[in-house]
Amino acid sequence: MRFVYLSLSLFCTIALIWVLNTRWAIGTSKTPRLGYFLSPQQGFWQNAESASADFNGQIKSPELMGKVDVYVDGRLVPHVFAENDFDAYFVQGFLHAKFRLWQMEFQTHVAAGRLSEVIGKEGLNTDRFFRRLGMVYGAEQAMAATDMDSAMKNSVNAYAAGVNAYIHSLQPENIPFEYKLLDYEPENWTPLKTYLFLMFMAFDLSGRDVNTDLQMTNAKNYFGWDNFKQLYPNLQDSLDPIIPKGTGFAKAGFKPQTPADAAQRYFGRNDTIVQKASAYQPFAVPTPDAGNGSNNWAVAGSKTKSKSPILCNDPHLGLNLPSLWFEMQISTPSHNTYGASFPGAPAIVIGFNDSIAWGVTNAGRDVMDLYNVRFKDELKKEYLMNGNWILSEQRQEVIQVRDGANLSEVVPITQYGPVLYDNEFNNPDARGLTLAVKWTANTANSGIKAFYLLNRAKNYDDYSTAIRNWTCPGQNFVFASKSGDIAIKQQGSFVAKWKNQGDFIMPGTDSVYQWQGMIPMEENPMIKNPARGFVSSANQKPTDTTYPYYLGSAHHFPLYRGIVINKKLTAMSDITPDDMKKMQTNNYNVFAEMARPVLLKYIDKNGLTPNEKKYLALLETWNLKGDPQEKGATVFRCIWDSLESTVWGDEMAGSKLKLPEPDSYSLLERMLKGTADLLADDITTKGKTETLQDDVITALRKASKALELLEQSGQLEWAKSKDTYIQHLLKIPTLNRLHLPIGGGEDMINATKSNHGPGWRMIVHLTAETEAYCIYPGGQSGNPGSIYYDTFVNSWAEGTYYKALFLKKESAASNDQVKWHITFANN
Amino acid sequence: MKFLVSVLLTAYLGYVMGVYTHLPWWSFAITSMLVALSVRQSPFSSFIAGFLGMFLLWFILAWIKDTANQHILSQRVATLFPLRGSSMLLIFITGLVGGLVSGFAAIFGYQLSKSAKAILSINLE
Repeated sequence: MRFVYLSLSLFCTIALIWVLNTRWAIGTSKTPRLGYFLSPQQGFWQNAESASADFNGQIKSPELMGKVDVYVDGRLVPHVFAENDFDAYFVQGFLHAKFRLWQMEFQTHVAAGRLSEVIGKEGLNTDRFFRRLGMVYGAEQAMAATDMDSAMKNSVNAYAAGVNAYIHSLQPENIPFEYKLLDYEPENWTPLKTYLFLMFMAFDLSGRDVNTDLQMTNAKNYFGWDNFKQLYPNLQDSLDPIIPKGTGFAKAGFKPQTPADAAQRYFGRNDTIVQKASAYQPFAVPTPDAGNGSNNWAVAGSKTKSKSPILCNDPHLGLNLPSLWFEMQISTPSHNTYGASFPGAPAIVIGFNDSIAWGVTNAGRDVMDLYNVRFKDELKKEYLMNGNWILSEQRQEVIQVRDGANLSEVVPITQYGPVLYDNEFNNPDARGLTLAVKWTANTANSGIKAFYLLNRAKNYDDYSTAIRNWTCPGQNFVFASKSGDIAIKQQGSFVAKWKNQGDFIMPGTDSVYQWQGMIPMEENPMIKNPARGFVSSANQKPTDTTYPYYLGSAHHFPLYRGIVINKKLTAMSDITPDDMKKMQTNNYNVFAEMARPVLLKYIDKNGLTPNEKKYLALLETWNLKGDPQEKGATVFRCIWDSLESTVWGDEMAGSKLKLPEPDSYSLLERMLKGTADLLADDITTKGKTETLQDDVITALRKASKALELLEQSGQLEWAKSKDTYIQHLLKIPTLNRLHLPIGGGEDMINATKSNHGPGWRMIVHLTAETEAYCIYPGGQSGNPGSIYYDTFVNSWAEGTYYKALFLKKESAASNDQVKWHITFANN
Repeated sequence: MKFLVSVLLTAYLGYVMGVYTHLPWWSFAITSMLVALSVRQSPFSSFIAGFLGMFLLWFILAWIKDTANQHILSQRVATLFPLRGSSMLLIFITGLVGGLVSGFAAIFGYQLSKSAKAILSINLE
């Protein structure tokens, strides 16, 4: 009997430990190992950082060449003072890892198609997508190209060494919270990961065509080319381009030729659906947000109160915790630079130094095309080109799946690039076609050198030289210097395309459809010290139609923020940084300014219900601002959205394949012109022909019902109906910041949407003593258990800024805003 | 007195095992077992002493971390689990997990000592 008790107690103890040491499946996710996770000496309690944590420290690493002082201010912004550039990037890597390690590794795992290693088979589709897009291939190409430049290679290697020095200093209990939650461990950092991260940024900013090219092709096939042109027009009447109209451009140095058979073969209807058995369920591929964009502008001394230029920039991307950005200062004998950096890459990405300031917005140019290739057989080894079979490169991809078997597949690489979609990896919108992706990010260099040189630039010429190294994703680099210059250039490696080339899936069996050449970089649109005293960009088309190259589908160029920015800057004088703060956080909706009168013109108040009249009155009296408490902003959004779905929802519903939503300007500009709309008629009502006027009334009716529901739930105010939140990268609700009381939105300078918006706001006043203001919706620490995790979120939502502490070497140690001191030395 | 000694010894050795964070989180089960093996008590007292030693240790360690942290992380985790955001409940459950494993290990330790004695006495006969 005694031995029964003995065995029983042993069994119970082991069983209990087993239960507490196992990850249990709940739905598609798994619990952490509870015993480990709750253990106060090992588990998550170790990540509960003291609110009065001490960030002082002495780090020793034999890899350092000299001594480095890091002064950390009260907002946890590190100010790095190094004796040489290698040490500076080593320490930057160390600090990024210290505060953001999990994020850095997770983002690069996603980019490398390694999500399944962390989350299991749920990540498989995403992994296959990124591998077939050539993300790893592209990162390898970029690294090989960049490694030719020893200064760049040393910088990236120094950064990696710093990250690894931190990782190796970690005790098991100190690994970031998310590792414990998902139960895995950090691995070593490599230089390739920096390039993988930059590939991810390239995808986020120039990768929408993985989907839009398919959908545009479907729309062209469905509506026919002539109707398509009207619904998705490339001409934008109200465009106020980056380079002022009438500037004039040199003749094109390269003239691409439209293939002779394009009218039929490319613009004609071709909607064969190739149905092939697929082992995998089609899935919604990750597509960059249509709102990915930014504002930037610089005003010359002629327009400022101080007579010194002011430069402003606010990039708009998904709003995440931990933030994409990490604020810091890097100072060495070669440069002294402050701004926003990317955890994952060396140097400052958007910022200023002792002489200049710079910022970026996305160019939106089309640098990714899909080619319909034909393989000889299922082996996909030979593909047809001009009547000959050509061998493809076979790239073996092995995806490790957590708690599952590895998935191994061969991705054929054609002369265009890797095969993204085929019968084994099916996007339903691709109609079963075999599509190879041609993308400048797969063949370009990484652009690290552009940032490296901008960090050190002293004047316009340095800026100009620096950004020549930038290839993909195309960016509008804005510039201002203490010597008084302002400039903007749309920089990147852009394809010289014939009109509409690459807007749709391109024939891939005939070399005449290939990219014929690149636009010479000196012909990229740019302007320096214009007479109007400012330069600006907000992702709109860079030029009017006098620019001799095709810019790509207008679908990629938002129209309205640029209009309001230029209008405001033109009107302003004696500008101060405070004026710029007000402008960056301005919620005026210029689209609504144009659309409201046309809407009202079409509405006959007779026959409206009291409720409809009430909402109409809210629209009429609205101040056109998307301020948090404005009800009119919600009413306008609801009516306009209803109008769009009323006008073209019926036609779109007739397509079996997904079509892109026509842009708002498409409908508004036709309404402004007063032309009868070709889609106004509701095709579902027989024997009746609806006009645009009928549609507006229908839209008001539909919107009123939706607005009533919103009002009943107390969400009529704009901030409440929009409901901005910042999402943790794992989308775990408890790690998010929800329901932020912030205005703004689409077509407003303050482009804050639901989960998207200005993730970094910066204003730099280039006076003798630089005066700069920054803020971002996050915090310096990526640890959800730190008070620094979301420190800036409330101030960001309020529209306030922090004055950047731009330290000087000689007085840094004694500055009273410095709270901590970390020293790095090699012994 | 024996009881108090076992509680304190369980907690102390459990803490020491926890310092070596490369070891598995449940390593204290071995020390809790050893304490019950060496300090002879009734099976019930062995369990309670084992339980209390680790319950108190984990409860107090978690509570110290949580207080210094101003409950930031515990509230997030207690929402995730879901415990309605209650830090105190999460601290209690933390103690419970440590306590239960330790308590069962202590019973095993007790049974082991009894069995060892039995084996010894059989051999003596």
